[in-house]
Amino acid sequence: MRILRSLTDGIGFDLILIGAAMAFLMAMAGLPLVYNVLMSFQEVDMFSLGSLIRPWAGFDNYRSVVAQPEFWLVMKNTALFVVGSIAGQFTLGFALALFFHQNFPGSATIRGLFLVSWVMPGLVVGAIWSFILAGDYGVLNALLQGVGLISEPVFWKSDPNLSLYAVIIANIWLGLAFNMLLLSVGLAAIPRDIYEAAELDGATAWQRFRTITLPMMRSTIGAVLSLGLIGTLQQFDLFPAITEGGPANTSNVSQYWAWQMSFKLYDFARGATISVMMLVLVLFAAVIYVRSTRGEVRG
Amino acid sequence: MNMVKRPWVWFGFAVFFAAIYLFPLYWMYVTAVKTQSEIFVSPPTFWPNDPDFGVYSYVWTDRNMAPYLWNSVVIASGVTALTVFFGTGCAYVLARYRNAWVDVGLFTILMLQVLPASVMVTPLFVAFNQLGLLNWPRSAVILGAAAKAMPFFVVLTRAAFMSVPRELEEAALVDGNSRLGAFTSIVLPLVRNGVLVCAILTFMSAFGEFIYSKSIIQDPGLQPASVGLQGFLGPNSKDWNAIMAYSAIYVTPILAIFVLLQRRIVSGLTSGALK
Repeated sequence: MRILRSLTDGIGFDLILIGAAMAFLMAMAGLPLVYNVLMSFQEVDMFSLGSLIRPWAGFDNYRSVVAQPEFWLVMKNTALFVVGSIAGQFTLGFALALFFHQNFPGSATIRGLFLVSWVMPGLVVGAIWSFILAGDYGVLNALLQGVGLISEPVFWKSDPNLSLYAVIIANIWLGLAFNMLLLSVGLAAIPRDIYEAAELDGATAWQRFRTITLPMMRSTIGAVLSLGLIGTLQQFDLFPAITEGGPANTSNVSQYWAWQMSFKLYDFARGATISVMMLVLVLFAAVIYVRSTRGEVRG
Repeated sequence: MNMVKRPWVWFGFAVFFAAIYLFPLYWMYVTAVKTQSEIFVSPPTFWPNDPDFGVYSYVWTDRNMAPYLWNSVVIASGVTALTVFFGTGCAYVLARYRNAWVDVGLFTILMLQVLPASVMVTPLFVAFNQLGLLNWPRSAVILGAAAKAMPFFVVLTRAAFMSVPRELEEAALVDGNSRLGAFTSIVLPLVRNGVLVCAILTFMSAFGEFIYSKSIIQDPGLQPASVGLQGFLGPNSKDWNAIMAYSAIYVTPILAIFVLLQRRIVSGLTSGALK
């Protein structure tokens, strides 16, 4: 009876609420994670797909993934995709955040407009950019030619040297809003009087940025960069929409490659193996993120 | 600062930047109503010569959009319902206490938030296959996607709960309410708006869900609009006015909700994401 009452009127109430959520998350995210690691050490084929106990493979899956001819290309692409996307999103996002930090009429409303990309389905964003980046009739080429930056149309999607950049451009557009929003929050938290004092002392705008803004924003920047890494590694929808990883894997990245292994080639063991490799990278980013938001999260 | 003295110059720049940024959206709507031949004209026309709005009804029937969109609504509603059901209580408890266990809980949730869907989809597919859940593919997608959406929801909603003064709840308990009573009649009404905004955000992102649906749902009659769009999209697509019309029909409801609730969404995000 006391236990029953505690459920509606005591610590038991809290335990139910959090326990239900945690049980759900463990079943749908925690267990699959463990299962993923398990599968990466097993031989999985269409016949053993239904059983939990499968032949043990040791590190065979890992060896065969690394031995794939495209392995190093995909790793290089993943690194380039991450670095390029984050660099673009962060610099443009920071520039826009600084710009909108000046209080002029309408700044808040117009800044809000920049968030539309964030709520759009990734597939739709991919479709639009796929059309904008088209080689012979794409509007980006027409604009660049009009300005005189290029003389020949650039085949963004089908040129092996550029296909990855086609996806990076779309991803920068997609992630810009989130970067700008978080950096704006960080900027707003810096007290204005510090700037005024520095200005009275004769500090130039650049000096103020370097000695006040950057140090005061350190934890925000850490969080934004690690969230950028996490978000870029989660980015999937743009690949099937724009290049499908091609031509010849030149725009393939690990998250799309892992999916192709599992759902195009039905090689679930190797798909799981690539996923585990990615996971190491993601957890590294998560640790940085948690460290840099630690103060804020505790509230 | 001299910049503040000329605010209208800044306003002009802001509009200019926003125009560049929103150009892809404009291009989607304009391309949708262009004729097939006008799409491939070089240089492209920035305003359609002969707008053809018939493309919308053509795509609607030709690509069989109604069931696709309905499936998107079903999946997004299911994800939102599950997320709100499990996530709200969890966020409330995590906001109520400050101790090591809460830190552990938050750390776990943040760790689960960073898992890419493309990593989770392989084990989920194999496990759902073993459990026989693939016979109810939309429910399977809802379960997986809700777990994916929940950490973000919890982090944002927790910020809303933290803004409720603890004294209000304690006063209700002194007045003889049970914990359950205080939670449902005092705390929940106060955070209703915050929870609502987070629920809408969850709905909007689940409305565009692609990877789980693509991998798990084989029957075209049960697939959401994102998978339907991918069906005629590829590196060599030519049917651009139809693709853009499809996209426009797909995103316009989301954009409308976003514009209507923009202020709320932005403030909900900024209070929860970092502060």
